Amino acid sequence: MSATLQRDGARIVLSGRLDATGCATIWQAARDAASKESTVDASDVSYCDGIGAALLFDLIQRGARIEGLAERFAPLLAELDPDQPLLIPETPKPEGRLAAIGHFAAGWWRETRDVIGFIGEATVSSWAILRRPRELRLGETLRVAASAGADALPIVSLIAFLLGVILAFQSAIPMRQFGAELFVANLVGLSLVRELAPLMTAVLLAGRTGAAFAAEIGTMKVNQEIDALTTMGLDPMRFLVLPRLIAVALTAPLLTLYAELVGMFGAALVLTGFDIPLATSASQIQGFVNLSDFLTGLGKAFVFGLGIATIGCLRGLRTGSGARAVGASATSADVQGIVMLVVADGLFAIAFYYLGW
Amino acid sequence: MSEPIIRVENLTCAYGDNVVLRDVSFEVARGEVLTVLGGSGCGKSTLLKHLIGLEHPTAGQVWLNGRELTATGGEARRDILASFGVAYQAGALFGSMSVLENVMLPLAEHTQLDAPAREIVARLKLREVGLEQYADYAPANLSGGMQKRAAIARALALDPAILFLDEPSAGLDPITSSELDALILRLARALHLTFVVVTHELASIFAIADRGLMLDKQEQGIIAVGKPADLRDHHPDPRVTRFFRRGEETV
Repeated sequence: MSATLQRDGARIVLSGRLDATGCATIWQAARDAASKESTVDASDVSYCDGIGAALLFDLIQRGARIEGLAERFAPLLAELDPDQPLLIPETPKPEGRLAAIGHFAAGWWRETRDVIGFIGEATVSSWAILRRPRELRLGETLRVAASAGADALPIVSLIAFLLGVILAFQSAIPMRQFGAELFVANLVGLSLVRELAPLMTAVLLAGRTGAAFAAEIGTMKVNQEIDALTTMGLDPMRFLVLPRLIAVALTAPLLTLYAELVGMFGAALVLTGFDIPLATSASQIQGFVNLSDFLTGLGKAFVFGLGIATIGCLRGLRTGSGARAVGASATSADVQGIVMLVVADGLFAIAFYYLGW
Repeated sequence: MSEPIIRVENLTCAYGDNVVLRDVSFEVARGEVLTVLGGSGCGKSTLLKHLIGLEHPTAGQVWLNGRELTATGGEARRDILASFGVAYQAGALFGSMSVLENVMLPLAEHTQLDAPAREIVARLKLREVGLEQYADYAPANLSGGMQKRAAIARALALDPAILFLDEPSAGLDPITSSELDALILRLARALHLTFVVVTHELASIFAIADRGLMLDKQEQGIIAVGKPADLRDHHPDPRVTRFFRRGEETV
């Protein structure tokens, strides 16, 4: 039998089982019925558990008096201190728009300072490592390089190949109207080397590696492993961050180089469909893309890799507590990494324009 | 005598070829506080995992409230799972929710109560464990002892008949730990709850336990059952008395 509620003027008669199921059916009605004048007749209540006691508590708080509750349920209700109202803390007022802007700006500035400080710290540590290279954890560096570089080859191949194929197709069709499909190789080669290969590789690195750094270091932070390192006198910067920075800064250009070759191969393959043999495409690219294009591309990849690793490690070290904080760190490492790429790429474009490279 | 609320029959627990518990049988009476004791690696946690259905036994049965947990599936199993509460060693509060939301979660998932009713029930559970004013805190901002009490409040949310506690006093100072013992005793008396507490904290064993059930690694099973004081003073097995005398060699 479930619970029932009957109203008889100011009298509320409860009967049946006051458990989760029973209370769910009558709570709304009880809430509406209860007032300062009500008396609640609970003598027909056959069962009452903690949830039932909570219902009675609610009625008492609304001013009702409980009568006839069986002896064996009374301690349950007494346990809840029914005369003491619930302590519901005030929710703080939402801040005004001006204050919100101020807080946002202050937060942004704090974060920027944090990043600059971190870069400074990393630079100092790198300098120390340069003077005493034996202090670098070579094994860890190679392990990170393998997982950030070698393990990324399949996905880089796929993306770079598709990039080459798509670029070649999209440009070959309009170029053909001028009989200039031969120069598609130059176009694709140059854009891959200077711009697209470094950028696409870096986006992949941000998603794969930057986020992984943040999650890994973040979990270590949550488990107090970072604290353990610090108290053992091992600088987390040297122990965790530098191997990652070095590994990614070195693998990013290598991956970029690989992406360039795969992309060019994809483009050349498409051009064979336009009656341009592979060897012709190759010699076109060789004649058109010069060493400075190539080096600026690799230089960009180096800077991108360094930036992604820095952001990943920094977000990891600044992880708050709990499982959600680790997820938030990984996400922000990914997003900030990509924002950094776009900004840095823009700055490179301006700089190269004025330098005439 | 009434039907025991927990009945374990010939339970064998193994991970692959590694047998942890062999042919274990025991019963727990309604309203009893049973502590499961034993040194590290003796299978305390394994036993607990089998009692609450996290692991499936290699052989044997677990009966909770007259229903066989090991053989039940689907909706009925969900019912059994809602009939007991578990407070894990580190609290296992969901970090993305406030303490209050943690306690409200089982109510939202297993009952038809509306939101205001759920909130009242949850706040009262927190009042029972003495955390009413911390309802809106994030679990991470509570101390270890508070997290354990919050975990107990969450385990109590659905008014279970049985409460399983895994190492409730681990990592707590003696005062907080004894406060927690007092809370367990008060809940056992007031709500007529059955407690199964996995612990090796001697002080709390003597404070709360009606009976202790001692497991042993070599024996792969139970080596002693009884009142803690009897186990300490009168048990013939030196492994048992040694445990209670903190590992001093008995002469």
